[in-house]
Amino acid sequence: MPFTLVLIAVAAAIFAFGRWLDNSYAFVVGYIVVQYMVLGTAWNILGGYTGYVNFGVTAFFAIGAYSTVALHKLVPTLPLPVMIVVGGVLAGLVGLGTGYLTLRLRGVFFSIATLALAVVVQTLITNWDFVGGARGAYVLRPRMAPLIGGEYMQYLFLLMLGLGVIVLATARAIERSALGYGFAAIRDDEGAAEASGVPTLKLKLIATTLSGGFMGMAGAPLPFQVTYLDPASGFSLNYAVNAIAMPLIGGTGSWLGPVVGAVLVGGLQEYLRVTISSAVNVLVAGVLMVTFVIAAPQGIVGLFQRKR
Amino acid sequence: MAVSLDLLMNAVISGLLLGGFYAAVSIGVAISFGMLDIVNIAHPAFILLGSYIAFIGNTVFGIDPILAAVIMLPAFYLLGMAAYQVYYVAFERRDDQSLRGLSFFFGALFIGEVALVLIFGVDYRTVQASYIGPSLDLGLFALPLRLLVPFLVSMVMAVGLQLFLSRTFVGRAVQAVAQDQQALRLMAANPTRIKRIAFGLSIATASLAGACLIIYQPVEPSIGREYIGRIFAICVLGGLGSLPGMVIAAMTLGIAESLTSTFFGPSWAPAVAFGILLVTLAVRPSGILGR
Amino acid sequence: MTALLQVAGLGKRFGGFVALDAIDLDVQQGERLGLIGPNGSGKSTLVNCVCGTLRNESGSVHFADEALDGLSAHQRTRRGLARSFQLPRPFASLSLAENVRIPLLYTVKARDRGALAGAAIDARCLDVLGQVGLAGKAERLPRDLTQIEMRKLELARAMAAEPKLLIADEAMAGLSHGEVDEIIALLIRLNERGVTVIMIEHIMRAVMEFSQRLAVLVAGRKIADGPPKDVVRDPEVVRAYLGE
Repeated sequence: MPFTLVLIAVAAAIFAFGRWLDNSYAFVVGYIVVQYMVLGTAWNILGGYTGYVNFGVTAFFAIGAYSTVALHKLVPTLPLPVMIVVGGVLAGLVGLGTGYLTLRLRGVFFSIATLALAVVVQTLITNWDFVGGARGAYVLRPRMAPLIGGEYMQYLFLLMLGLGVIVLATARAIERSALGYGFAAIRDDEGAAEASGVPTLKLKLIATTLSGGFMGMAGAPLPFQVTYLDPASGFSLNYAVNAIAMPLIGGTGSWLGPVVGAVLVGGLQEYLRVTISSAVNVLVAGVLMVTFVIAAPQGIVGLFQRKR
Repeated sequence: MAVSLDLLMNAVISGLLLGGFYAAVSIGVAISFGMLDIVNIAHPAFILLGSYIAFIGNTVFGIDPILAAVIMLPAFYLLGMAAYQVYYVAFERRDDQSLRGLSFFFGALFIGEVALVLIFGVDYRTVQASYIGPSLDLGLFALPLRLLVPFLVSMVMAVGLQLFLSRTFVGRAVQAVAQDQQALRLMAANPTRIKRIAFGLSIATASLAGACLIIYQPVEPSIGREYIGRIFAICVLGGLGSLPGMVIAAMTLGIAESLTSTFFGPSWAPAVAFGILLVTLAVRPSGILGR
Repeated sequence: MTALLQVAGLGKRFGGFVALDAIDLDVQQGERLGLIGPNGSGKSTLVNCVCGTLRNESGSVHFADEALDGLSAHQRTRRGLARSFQLPRPFASLSLAENVRIPLLYTVKARDRGALAGAAIDARCLDVLGQVGLAGKAERLPRDLTQIEMRKLELARAMAAEPKLLIADEAMAGLSHGEVDEIIALLIRLNERGVTVIMIEHIMRAVMEFSQRLAVLVAGRKIADGPPKDVVRDPEVVRAYLGE
């Protein structure tokens, strides 16, 4: 409980600081960094904690984004927080389904299935005219932010901060619970875990559902942030690479890793995008990820945690 | 929608040819994943590299793309051996979790795609050759040569590799290394060296596969991702470790996609591979001819 | 009284290779059974089928009068069946205390539904480690352990699940004379507390010292089953395994 309160306090402080700065660009960058933090933490619950690599991040993220597009067309007055929940539930269900079909086999097959899942979800949505299909969809951003007033972007940032608090609190709670120990046992040796009484399939399904659900929630506000969403950008491989690279760079063992990864890599990317070029900034995450995976598998946090 | 026999036959025939082409694209992974248990999801990046090299050979030097690929075979082979060495030192020797190995290849795939975008841009590239365009007219149906040539190249590769695997010492050692490293050591063969050779071969096939790809369709950096699902669907369906199984599975996927394309529209084709993959994993994970 | 473990007609094939051929084996409550046989005779396969890591094609396994067929490995562990692995498989990123915590959380706690909590679990972890003499290294990682300590951890993890039946699969391979004695003493202590133990071993001294009954597996078939003194004199056993 105290941890959650600290998180809320930090988030509130960050938001207040942002309001004081009153710089729209800062809110956009802040939104993107926190979004990646959520994606990375969500990925890490299944990846770092449980040892199953999900390459289909874009599928879950886009399910969240496109459910917002669809809901917005159906019920324009629906508040964004509700849409976030719906996006999360839908993405979670897809995670559960994919897991149920593939988690009985080796982890490698699960990873391959997630890769293919991304392509299929993209194909389905590209063929779905209701959400714009290949042409894309426009979503009008409201002029004023509800509840807090000011620019709508500030409201989006606030929601993403709230999501960040929820995801981080969940990740930490898992770490210290029986569930977290179960995940770690599965990651270290699934057969031995099973022999020790761990219901491995059930736990893996929980991890997949939670992970997918949070990724969907991270994607739900996207249409309002970009205002024009088409499959090419919604399913951009950048989301997948960043979601995986940031925990790997920051450290997969704890909730802190994805945070460190998101802030450092996200910040670096933004800096490079502004100083050199858009294309180079995209390369950075991939190169850093490969470097860290080879040279420093414990990530930045692991480097500081010398003793166990 | 009246199903004319003519349409059906044409779909099946082009499906078969397409399947042959898919076999070329998958044969490298059939070796690296099927026999060496290395999940090289970056294989499409190597294939695209082959495509772009064939493109350069064709536009700058005026050589036939297949010839360009053949010339580059040794280079790709060496590249594969080097890649395996990195993988071995960083992951296999440390007996690390597969999480990091997979991320390594994923990162390589991504870096490959972005590098290609930076060098060649996002425009579609094609090659010119005498056999792109015309079709072989066999009365009842026409075989487009741009499908037939990759099909033939693919069959030559598959047969050649199968002979290598079953008739030569190194080839048999490759088949053995997947199953029993200890026995291999007792036979005075070094498993690491064998795996390195095998991985080199795997990447070498990407050179020819790349040429086939750019003959078959115009190429741009992001199409690699479409092929990952196809490649692994084929390898899983065919059964890991079986080259003939892989070829059969490739044909099956080719026909399935062709039929889907003809009767439901081409935009649904990429989803077919995933459907097949999921069904196979759920029902018979060992594949058609798997061990 | 029915046997605690009843294996009837158990068969297992790998492709064309018959690993186990219609095995019948009963283990009585509180018994100390030794299981011996040449390498590749199917001993570990038998353990895997009994514990649910592998699925047997034919025959049945009953434990405490309940049919185990179709139950997964973790479900069988929760019913009181525990095993140690021939090659130790510790949870490498967890401390020793956390290693034994896993079976405590997922077997004992699951069985008793919340009777254990917080500090009680920590105490129980230390207690189990203490029984194998590893309490002093509770916070260390498995990679810091010696061979025999790894084996003890492996046994501790099985013991932490508070089993009714424990199968020790070649827990003593490669250990020194004194270390073998330590493990034998540990298993006998366990047995005195009411745990039925199956010992799979190649070290005949340990098997003879420990077992009340001896079964012999050769090429997937059980060729002998009875008092140890009689079994080791059985000509077929001598021919197939023990030698002159």
